[in-house]
Parts: sequence; structure tokens; C-alpha cells
Amino acid sequence: MGYAGHVGRLLEEADAAVGDEVEVTRRGRTHRGILMPHHDFSDDAIVTVKLSSGYNVGLCLEGESKVRVVSKKLTKDPIRRSLPTDESKKDVAFIGTGGTIASYVDYRTGAVHPAKSAEELAFSVPELMDVCNVRARVLYSIYSENMEVNHWQELARAAASELNSGASGAVVPHGTDTMGFTSAALSFMLGRLSGPVVCVGSQRSSDRPSSDATMNLLAATRLCVSSDIGEVVVVMHGDISDTYCVAHRGVKVRKMHSSRRDAFRSVDIDPVARVEGSEISLLSGYSKRAAGPVEVRDKMSERVSMLYFYPGFEPEHFEMISGNVEGLIIAGTGLGHVSEKLVKPISKAVKNGVFVGVTTQCLYGAVNLNVYSTGRDMISAGAVPLGNMLPETAYVKLMWVLGQTKDPSEVAAMMVKDLAGETTSRRSV
Amino acid sequence: MDYRTLGLKVGIEVHQQLNTGKFFCSCESDLVEEHGDEFVRRLRPTQSEMGEIDRAALMEAEKKLQFRYEAVESSCLVEADEEPPHDANRLAIETALEMSYVLRATPVDEIHIMRKMVIDGSNTTGFQRTALVATDGYIELDGKRITIEAISLEEDAARKMSESGSEVLYRIDRLGIPLVEIATGPEISTPDEAKRVAARLGSLLRATRRVRRGIGTIREDLNISISGGARVEVKGVQELRLLPVYVDTEIRRQLALLEVKDLLRRRGAVDVVCAVEDVSEVFSGSKCRVTESAIRSGGGVYAAKLPRFAGTLARTDDGILRLGADLAAHARVAGVRGLFHSDELPGYGITEEEAAAVAARLGVEDEDAFVLIADERARAEAAIQRAVERANAAIDGVPEETRAPLPDGSTVYSRPLPGKARMYPETDVRPIRVDDDVLQSIRLNLPELPEERVSRFVRELNLSEGQAEALIDDGVDEEFELLASSFGGPQVVARIYLQVLPEISKQGRDVSSVDVGVLKLLLEKLNDGAFAKEAIPDILLWMVDNDVYDVDRALDGIGLRTADIEMVREVCDRIVREREDFIRKRGEASLGPLMGVVMKELRGKVDGKIISAVLSERIRQLLP
Repeated sequence: MGYAGHVGRLLEEADAAVGDEVEVTRRGRTHRGILMPHHDFSDDAIVTVKLSSGYNVGLCLEGESKVRVVSKKLTKDPIRRSLPTDESKKDVAFIGTGGTIASYVDYRTGAVHPAKSAEELAFSVPELMDVCNVRARVLYSIYSENMEVNHWQELARAAASELNSGASGAVVPHGTDTMGFTSAALSFMLGRLSGPVVCVGSQRSSDRPSSDATMNLLAATRLCVSSDIGEVVVVMHGDISDTYCVAHRGVKVRKMHSSRRDAFRSVDIDPVARVEGSEISLLSGYSKRAAGPVEVRDKMSERVSMLYFYPGFEPEHFEMISGNVEGLIIAGTGLGHVSEKLVKPISKAVKNGVFVGVTTQCLYGAVNLNVYSTGRDMISAGAVPLGNMLPETAYVKLMWVLGQTKDPSEVAAMMVKDLAGETTSRRSV
Repeated sequence: MDYRTLGLKVGIEVHQQLNTGKFFCSCESDLVEEHGDEFVRRLRPTQSEMGEIDRAALMEAEKKLQFRYEAVESSCLVEADEEPPHDANRLAIETALEMSYVLRATPVDEIHIMRKMVIDGSNTTGFQRTALVATDGYIELDGKRITIEAISLEEDAARKMSESGSEVLYRIDRLGIPLVEIATGPEISTPDEAKRVAARLGSLLRATRRVRRGIGTIREDLNISISGGARVEVKGVQELRLLPVYVDTEIRRQLALLEVKDLLRRRGAVDVVCAVEDVSEVFSGSKCRVTESAIRSGGGVYAAKLPRFAGTLARTDDGILRLGADLAAHARVAGVRGLFHSDELPGYGITEEEAAAVAARLGVEDEDAFVLIADERARAEAAIQRAVERANAAIDGVPEETRAPLPDGSTVYSRPLPGKARMYPETDVRPIRVDDDVLQSIRLNLPELPEERVSRFVRELNLSEGQAEALIDDGVDEEFELLASSFGGPQVVARIYLQVLPEISKQGRDVSSVDVGVLKLLLEKLNDGAFAKEAIPDILLWMVDNDVYDVDRALDGIGLRTADIEMVREVCDRIVREREDFIRKRGEASLGPLMGVVMKELRGKVDGKIISAVLSERIRQLLP
């Protein structure tokens, strides 16, 4: 329960556990309430108690303070519910990965936990069951910043198996921080998609009444049920209002704000679709559902790095990284530049068989290394300009490409070729 | 009324806005007239793992409302629920701790911010952030101890601007202003005492000098119960003078409901099983506009019988509300505009024949009543269901509920009392440690308390204790001090605040524009000798009447110049000298007869009120 030191000992001696009703006596006053978990930022001398008024208060336990358990926590069994099926509705798979999009509050302790079972996942938004037959599974429960390659691979296989066993689409509730990386990884790993794979998140967790989770999940589900899209997309709010959602191409989307509901934006292209209530408007060209079966090519190299150039970047730092990877993506300034000091280290890395790809920190627009001399020097050194590919997409793509081939010229050819809509040759006004 | 026999128990919660800037962001706590961008949201109750949802929260969600928010120029992403809250406002915390000290309450050792579920849209988040700061304090009022159960800090809600159909419009300028909430125990035992307790808490809060001023910046919730009745919360009273009125109204309302209960029991009323009948046919040719428009737009007229409820719905002969208004308020929750009940029919365009036809269709007998709703079918049915549930509660007596105060002193049902399972921790905000260092610094920087200020005003400004107390109770002590110390004699300024302005406002005029700035200019002109102090009431009255706050124009307007007053003084001085003996014999009663003498000379030249003011002053000067 997170209490340490003197407080931890007092609680242990009293045999008090989180959720128990306790009496805390300090400075001659006694407070009765439910023992709450230790707050991460709470003082070490403080025990947190929920009073009968519903308020949590922090009480300082010093020398004379006492703790007594009044009654042990009652454990109620959660209500068991089973998922309904309706012949007239399509199946949609929900593959849980964690994050706050489907989470529950324990009002007794205030703890919020993500859906642990398929049923919890589905019943977090019961409205989903009006739209489809829910096939839910919880693959893992992690914060999205802790995602690694093996998670992407497992996810790709799960989505493929759901689609191949009749689901009309797969919804992947996901933490938003790295959702763009996951959507890019799935885009490269999955071929011949027979339905959409929709990564969906929420910027306000679903334990709040104002959460955007419900609307985003519903929009994702509608896309699976009523569209002919056969791509990996990200669905999130299109605006700070709860009015419409937007589906972004999985390789062209980026989280552009740390907290707003409409943080996700299609970069350099129009979004794929707009979902308002049950209405879906398609906004740009997209890949239609293929006949399937969905094929999975999920091998990836983890020896890839991404490097954000800044003034004063030390050549040694570049070498420390390039000496330990098979490939690296530079997010350069403007049209894709780095300082002239880095040209030699790039050349050395390329000679050692390291792929060096160049993208822009500007995110919008393409790199072009022909315009200035530094750029031309970078080309001569062997760096490969990657058009208007997003740095994160280029990074994920390079991991995937290096999983398919180690041949330098093949790697370079695949990196510049448009495989999943990640690079466009025209950028409209 | 004998409140002791009635078992009257009243507790008050005072909510005072602070001027410290907002609770969880860096915006100012100001309300503004103009708004910019709008955004739209929906809220839904969140589920606990036990599947429990708060009953008040659920009721709001059932309305399936959409909320539109007006942002203002100073709105930020925190207020729009587009960014996590910042650390709690330090000044606001200190103010709450100051109040805790003044109210002799014990602060908690660490303040934890909670989320209190409120999904009526008044908070963009769907919850109100609130924290318990201290408990177990008290105040003493005329020798009686009133306990202070809790002192909390919470964020104010957004301002509701309008409501239409299924959309409610809010402006978020008020959202997030810190509120100190002080809750007393239920020991208040008369309506007047409720007012005095609230006034006392108000003056203590103002002493911190960190409170916002003006209408709506301090609001009271009243918890009222009588023996055999129930705890009813009247939420959001803004006018102190109406506080005893709401208590009184609630006592009478609960007594009336207890009579209704007795009557229903005598008649053997049992829980009504809701059976809705479509009676649209009866109204096919009706002149009633409500039924006609419902039928025309595809709806109908629906009715249900309330067996044994005849005579329990209309107001009492004394005008006290009984069940009818409550049934209507409950029905409105389902989205209808209102309902008709048999106690008020025929009426509202419904004829006696139509009412009788409905009664016949429902099989209504002498002691029975019925309700009638004209609307779209599903909505009408849901509304009747709610009305019937409210009627059934009447058999048990007074239901616990929250009511909204109306300007005429009455109240209207707004929602059930909130349940308990509605708070969980705001994990985005760090808890605030209240250790000895913090408390020590609060003690050392304590504001001047009202009683200290009273004695200082008496000592330094020669006010009477009564004057000083009145200034503080009215919340004008700061303005008074500012003006009295720099522009005018304390007595002149005190007279303006305690007599002149209250008298003008008693005549039904709005004196809110007469602010410190206006008075400052007025007193400057007085010091310059532009007019005599006796003319102040006339000048202010002219300003308020003409809504022009310029001293020179006011003087022109009332045709008064210093010369006139000088003339009055000369005449009065002379007459007083001439009649000195008469005055000594008759005392202050000589004013009347002498007025006649003076007026003979001055009639038509100067206002009689000014003459009377000057003359009575001269007479008093002569008397011992």
C-alpha cells in the first residue's frame, strides 16, 4: 500500500490494510475513516484516511499517534456480466493494451485501474454493444511509453487472427503517448487487410465524466462496422468539442499537443475519414478492404535509433550512437540539415554499413538536401533523404525494413519507397 | 411559530469566492461580459467496479443533455478541461487556513484534493474539485455556541447562461474561482439566527481581505428540518435578507406536506401503480393551447390517476405549496415543460367538460386526483412515471431533497440529495502539507478581526460601537475607512453608508453605482466648499434617479449652491438666537414649530429637508 517508515510500521502493527475502516488518534483527536493508499507525493509522516463525508484527509502520525482497525475491508464480488451476441450485428474485436481509455474507479480507495478482462473492457462503454457484437480480449496492461517491439508484434498477430476469424474490424484501445508509433508499426506489419485496424485512445481518462473515451471508441467501432477501409488508422477527437472524430492514416499521424482532446493530427495529408455520430464521411483516398487473409510480417530490428539534431550537437555523441546500431534516423533542421561537423561521422557510419535516413524536425513538408551545400555534403556522405516521412514513422519503418532485409541497397530502396502511405510526392497548397 | 416545539434544526453552508486567482490555473477570478469561442461537451457518469453510480449523477445523465460552453478572453485550457490542473493556489489555501484559525477549527495535516461528481455540466470536467481543510471549530453568537463542522476549499462552477431544449449554455469565467466553504452544525434554531450566523461568517471572511465582493460572490446553502419532516437543502441563496424567509417557507412547506401525509393515510392511500392513459381524443377540439400544440406536433395528451390524492395538489389557502408544484418539477426532469393536475382544473384553457371526460376515462372518484401531460408519447410517459413516484413519496411524508431558492422567497425542487459515493481523489494535484511552520506563519499574519476593527474605529475615528458594527456587518467597513481617513469626517462618511444610502435603497432604488470612486469625488467637492454636508442626501438621490454620477451636474440639477446653504444657516442661526428660551423649554420638540417660522422666510428657495437638517443641528447645539 506504499506506506513506509514509522507510518508503515504503525499500520503493520495495527494490522491495517488499505480499505479497512480505521481509527486514527493524533494530537488528542480521533478520526474514523477508511485507510487509503499512500499518495506518491504525500509526506512520509502522513496517513491518508477517507472520512465518512467522502473527503480524504492526510493525518500526521507522530510519537503518540495510534491506529486501530475498526473493521476489515469487505470484499464484494463484482457483478458478473456476459457479453451479448446478436446475429444481425457484425463482430468487432477489441484488443486491450492498457492505458486509461477503459478504466474503472474503486470509489472506496479512489484507485483507478484499467479494464482487466474482456468483459470489463466491453462494459466500460456498454453503448458499444448497441453497434456490434463485442469480441474483447486484454492482451496486456501497460502504459504506452513502456511499449516495445514485442508488444507491437503480439498486437499485429492478434489483430490478424481476429480479422481472419471473421471480425469486421479490430479496435486497439491504446495509451496516446506512443499510439502513433504503434499505428505505424502495425501499418508496416499487416498486409492485405480485410478490415480496418483502429488504434484509439483518450486524452481524458475514462474515469472522468468528461472523458473523450466513449465517443472515440464508438467512432472507432462504427468505422469497423460501416466503412470499407482496409488500413491501420488512429481515431481521436477532431476538435475540443464532443462533436466529431477523425480517422488518421496510421503512418501520417502525430500527437501534436500534450493534453488537448484533438491532439492527434494528420501531418501533410488530409485525414482518412470523419465520424460524426453514426455518419462517416471519407475525406481522402484510402485502401479498401482486401479479400484477405491478412498476412503478418512482423520481424523487426531493435538496433535502430532516432536522433534529434540541435545546434552544438557533438560529433562524438553521434558516433556513440551510430557505432551501436544498424540504422538511424536523423530529425534534421529545416530541409533536413545537420551541422557540417556531423558530415564526416555520417560518412563513417554509412561506410560501416549503418543506414542513415534524414527527416525534418519541421514535421510539415519534405526534406530536400539539394538546396544548400551542407545538404549536398550529407548526400555525398551517404545519408538518404526520406521525403515528408515523419521522423517517428521513419524510425519504425527502418526497424521493420531491417527485419525484412539486411542488404544495404535493398534497405535504402525500401526506405524511400512508399509502402503504406507514409510518404507523398505531392503536397497540395 | 414556536420553533422549539417544531423541532427546527438549521445548518448553514457559506460559500465565499476568493479574489486570489483561480484554484487550479493561473487565471484571474473575474467575470466578464464578452465571450469568445464556444465548445460543446457531453458528460456521462463513470462506473465504479461494483457498477454503482451515484443517484444524483444518474438523474442528470438521464436528461441526456448537451452542454455548450462559452470561453472568455482569459479562459485557459485547464478551465476547458483540455489540460490537467496546476498545483493548488497557495493564497487560497492560506485564506482557508486563516479562516480555520479564526473559527478555532483544527486543520488536517495534509490537504487532499478530491473530485466530487457533478454532471449537470456546471463543471467542464464533470466533477468539482474540493478539499477538506479543517474540522471542529465554533463561533459564539450572543452567548450561544454554534459549531463549525468543516471548512473546505472548492472550485466554483461555470455560470449557467441559458437552457433551451436539451442544451444548457454555460460561461466558464466563474469556473475554478476558489470558494471557501464553511459548514455549521444543525444547532441554529430560528430563522433569524440563521441570518445572524451567516452575517457573522460573512464578516469574518471579509476580514481576510481576500474575498470577491458583489452580488453572487457569497452564497449560502441551508439545511432545514423539523420533527417528523426531513432534511431539505435550499441551495444557493444569494441574499442575506431572504435567508430567514427561506427557512420560514420551508417550515410551512414541510408542515403542509405532513398534513398531506396524514390526510392520505386517513384515506388509506397506497402506492400508486403508474398506469398511463392516452386521453388525446378528449382534447381533439380543445381550446387549450398546450394540448393543441402537443397534438399538432405529433404528440398527445396522457394522464394517470392518483387514487385518494384529491385536494393534496393545489396550494393551501395560505398559499403554501403542496404536491402539485413538486409533481411538475419531477416531471420536468424527464424533459416535459410541466403538467396539469386535477386540483387546478378546469383552468389553463381546459374546460370543466374536458376535465370530467378525462376523469371518466381514468375512473376517477371523489377522493381521487389525476395528472395530465401533453407532449411526445415517450417523454410524457417517463414524466408521468416520475410524477407518480413523487406522489408515492408523499404517503411517507417529506422526502429529502435539494431545492432551489426563488426571488420571491419560495423554493422549487431541483434534485435528490446527493448520495455519498461521489468523491474520489484528484490524483493530478499534489497534496498540500500543513505543518507547524505553515500554521505559525498563518498565526503571525492574521488579518484584523471584526471585533478588533470595531474597537479601532471607536478609538481612532470616534464612531460609536453600534456604528462600527453596522459598517462591518454591511461589509462597507473597508470603503468607509478609506474615505474617512482621507476625504471626509468619519461621521459624514458613516452617515452616508448607514443612513443616506440605505434610505435611498429602501425607496426601491438601486444604489450599486454609488461606489467608492463616486463618494470620493463627492467628498472632495464637499471639502472644497462646493456645497454643505446637509445637501449630500439630495445630491446622491439625484445621481441615482438620473443615473449620472457627476457632482457638478447633480448640484445644477437640484439647483443648489453653497450660497443657498449659507443663507439657510444665517436664517436658522438668527431664529434660534431669537427663540432661545422657547428652545430651552421645549427641547428637541421645538423643531416643528420653528420649522414653520424658518420656512416662512425660505419657502421656494431651498429644499425643506436641507432646512430641517440645518435647523435641527442648530437646536441640538444649543441644548445641553
